[in-house]
Amino acid sequence: MFQHDRLNNDITLFQKIKNLDYILLISVILLSVLSVFVMYSTDGGEILFHTKNHFVKLAVFFPLMIFVAFFNIKFWHNFSYIIYFIVILLLIYVSFFGIKSSGSQRWMDLYLFVLQPSELMKIAIIMCLAKYFHRIKIENVNSFTSITIVLSIIIIPIIFVISQPDLGTSILIALSGLIILWLGGMKIKYFIYSFITFLISLPFIISFLKPYQKLRILTFLDPDRDPLGAGYQIIQSKIAIGSGGLNGKGFLKGTQSYLDFLPEKHTDFIFTLFSEEFGFIGSVGLLILYSIIIFRIVRIGAISRSNFARLFCFGYAFAIFIYIVVNLSMVLGLLPIVGSPLPIMSYGGSSMLATMIGFGIVLSAKINHKQIIA
Amino acid sequence: MINSNSGIRKTDVINRRMFIIGAAKVVVFVGIVARLFSLQINENKKYLTLSDKNRIREWKLPPTRGNIVDYFGNVIAGNLKVYQLHIIPEQVENFNYLLVRLKNLLNLSDKRIARINKLKAELKPWDSIIVSENLSWSQFVKINNYLYDLVGVKPVMTISRNYPFNDVYTHVLGYVSQPNEQEILENEIIQERFVPGMKIGKLGLEKRLENHLIGTNAIQRYEVNAYGKRINQLEHQKGEQGSKIRLTVDTEIQKACGKLLNEKAGSISVMDIYTGDVIAMYSSPSYNPNLFLFGISQDEWQLIRNNPLKPLINKTLSGLYSPGSTIKPIVALSALENKVIDTKFKVKCTGKMELYGQTFHCWKEKGHGWVSLKNAMKQSCDTYFYEVARLLGVDRLNITAEKFGLGKKVLGDYFDNEKKGLFPNTKWKKNNLGKGWVLGETLITGIGQGYTQTTPLQLCMMTAQIANGGFAVKPKIIVDSNPISYEDAKQSMESGLLFDTNSAELLDKKLFINQRNIKIVQEAMFASTNERFGTSYKSRIDDPKYQFAGKTGTAQVKRISKRERELDLELEQIPYKDRDHALYVAYGPYVNPRYALSIIVEHGGSGSKAAAPIAKKLFKLIIDRHDLRNKQSNFERITV
Repeated sequence: MFQHDRLNNDITLFQKIKNLDYILLISVILLSVLSVFVMYSTDGGEILFHTKNHFVKLAVFFPLMIFVAFFNIKFWHNFSYIIYFIVILLLIYVSFFGIKSSGSQRWMDLYLFVLQPSELMKIAIIMCLAKYFHRIKIENVNSFTSITIVLSIIIIPIIFVISQPDLGTSILIALSGLIILWLGGMKIKYFIYSFITFLISLPFIISFLKPYQKLRILTFLDPDRDPLGAGYQIIQSKIAIGSGGLNGKGFLKGTQSYLDFLPEKHTDFIFTLFSEEFGFIGSVGLLILYSIIIFRIVRIGAISRSNFARLFCFGYAFAIFIYIVVNLSMVLGLLPIVGSPLPIMSYGGSSMLATMIGFGIVLSAKINHKQIIA
Repeated sequence: MINSNSGIRKTDVINRRMFIIGAAKVVVFVGIVARLFSLQINENKKYLTLSDKNRIREWKLPPTRGNIVDYFGNVIAGNLKVYQLHIIPEQVENFNYLLVRLKNLLNLSDKRIARINKLKAELKPWDSIIVSENLSWSQFVKINNYLYDLVGVKPVMTISRNYPFNDVYTHVLGYVSQPNEQEILENEIIQERFVPGMKIGKLGLEKRLENHLIGTNAIQRYEVNAYGKRINQLEHQKGEQGSKIRLTVDTEIQKACGKLLNEKAGSISVMDIYTGDVIAMYSSPSYNPNLFLFGISQDEWQLIRNNPLKPLINKTLSGLYSPGSTIKPIVALSALENKVIDTKFKVKCTGKMELYGQTFHCWKEKGHGWVSLKNAMKQSCDTYFYEVARLLGVDRLNITAEKFGLGKKVLGDYFDNEKKGLFPNTKWKKNNLGKGWVLGETLITGIGQGYTQTTPLQLCMMTAQIANGGFAVKPKIIVDSNPISYEDAKQSMESGLLFDTNSAELLDKKLFINQRNIKIVQEAMFASTNERFGTSYKSRIDDPKYQFAGKTGTAQVKRISKRERELDLELEQIPYKDRDHALYVAYGPYVNPRYALSIIVEHGGSGSKAAAPIAKKLFKLIIDRHDLRNKQSNFERITV
């Protein structure tokens, strides 16, 4: 065990570069390039604010991903709890001193850019729970103490995020946490029971929702009840996607986005613009690209010797999958509107930072897939 | 490696559960692809339509009105390019500076400036404000010269109604102007095609034929953004101009009528005695309908409204006059038809007639002595017609008069301001005034005074129907889809076979019992104009080509007192309002007659002095234009 440790610490920089997962890397690069072009289209075919900033962020965070990858996976294992704890502190900070914008308080000003700690929590919670399940004995997984601890790990950040308020991100954090619980071996019946409890308590939960959140659910059930108000976004989004057809309207030719019918086209509705301009073929292509990324991450998890790396990769792959599904379901009118960005494609620094760090840890797991963690 | 066993078991659990997740992921992705497929492939058409509906907005432009032309195809109500000035507020850098510049260039009033500012506040910044609807050419050039300094100003060329003959046709055509709310609501077609700036017919044929003239909107399609701002033009769909309407009128004759009645109040009507075509219909004084197109100024409106000669009244159709002696041909005809008199019947005129202690005067104080029908008509002897009327009775006279079109609208429902007039009988008086008929009233009815009220066009039609041998004509002012030619109309009347083009039936349009009686009346009218001592002898034309027959009339507007009769004042000595109306009805040429006319000069004095000379001047022109009119046989098929 000691020997192994030393062996892996001896990996040279050259070997690290050689051991990077190039399929994943190329897919991420492709996605990044594509996102710049789409951002260019949202700016109306000009290099304006969003295109520039998006490019700058990619230029900063992509090297950061490589930087993260060059740390041993053991390092990330060791620091998982601390990272989780730091992000919790940031969430607490934000809930007191954060920047307010359009009714919610989620951001902190870091001079260079504005950080949204709840986005980082999406990664931190996976790291934290992966470490917990890595260390715990399989026999103790379903013990009362264990369940209490893991549920606390999930619920504490969610309380902060929900109070910002940010329902979308808190759901994503919860789902990311729950998947680790699932993978870690928690009894299936617990999931079934909680799901049933959730369904039963749904009416109560709804009664606790804020009026605008209730409106979103009502709008989801019937977008035409207020086509110029609450239903506007989803109706326009469906029109844009539907009118794209098989081949799309062509790059820079999406009338819905050009003529400002699409709301939030830079962020949550970026897929709408993409789908309008590139059609069914382009959309399926984008889904395939995402699938490759997810599949590579799962594969890296599968070849990892440590359960931490394995849990992290599987968990992170699922998280990416969930982000995509929630975002696409929302713009396709399959789910109510909850704020959730599309990884890499959407404009937004914190989301991209978290995603890139996640990829970095995955790549670190790939480089050090033989690393055993006690 | 103490817990290696447990570690391996844990790895197994993780892998197994990951497999389940993996399968679930595939299912969900397939679901999303299916949704994409349904939106983008299955429902593509629906969403494409919705997307186009989003981005494409239509703008209706005012339709172009159909032209109205005279019988010869001359445009009498057309369309003209006009130059307008629009401001697009969002393109203006300094709005106040611009207004000051425009105020100086175009002499805009302060009121106008205030209105522009108000519009600016109301409209979206990209909607254009119309500063001036009708720039003169010099103003347009001026604006174009300074255009570099007038950012946000757009000179625009558009189409507007125009009446090239100004006041010549005002009472026939009416005019167009901006509709009010009620007018829009009342007419579905206007409602559908209405756009701001559109003008509709307010009076006359422009109003009556609105639905034919209006035309369809041109449509411009623009791509707009989510806020409704036009991004670019996609398509321009041309509108269809409204139907062309051809009238039976002759502009040359109409213009001549206007000149002859210059500065007089009165009316001239000319009619084809066979086809019933109205050749001219002029009411004097007239006014310029072009003034109303862009909103008439208060001063100009007051000038028209307060003119004592009453230009706003269409005297041809709405003016009611006592026919005076012009009724005598009908009285004579009625008496002949009812065999009350014959050509040999004579009356001794002593200048007055006593009846139940009342004196009825002949216009000639000394009297005409023994007069027969021909002489009585020629010299317009009142005493003779008192006696004839007394013998005939008002009820029999009424039947003949109504047969010839008195007391009925001539042009039917084409003009809502046309009046019916009145030819009285005993029943009418009982029903309307509640009193019994008095014989004295019969006498004055016999010379066209009393209750009788006629419009100039009625007198014209009455004369036409005597001139054509006593057949009913259907007066019309619009050339219809199946017009009857002059020759056909004439021939069918002469052969007694009358063909109604509208109902396609042979009709009995004979207004007489014995056509010989018509001939007698015609001869008497001829004598009145062409024989010595005839009342309109001075206005005769000897050339048989133009020779015409007629009857003068002088309608009193008030009772002549005994004193006045003794004074025998000259026209100039009587106040304008109290002067007699001068009337004249005539037809010609006497051999092969073609046209009938009626002339009324309000307060013009005697018919022989004020009205008959006008006929002399007019007849030459009317007859000369007959051949031209006849050649105009290329009837355009126009459905109205």
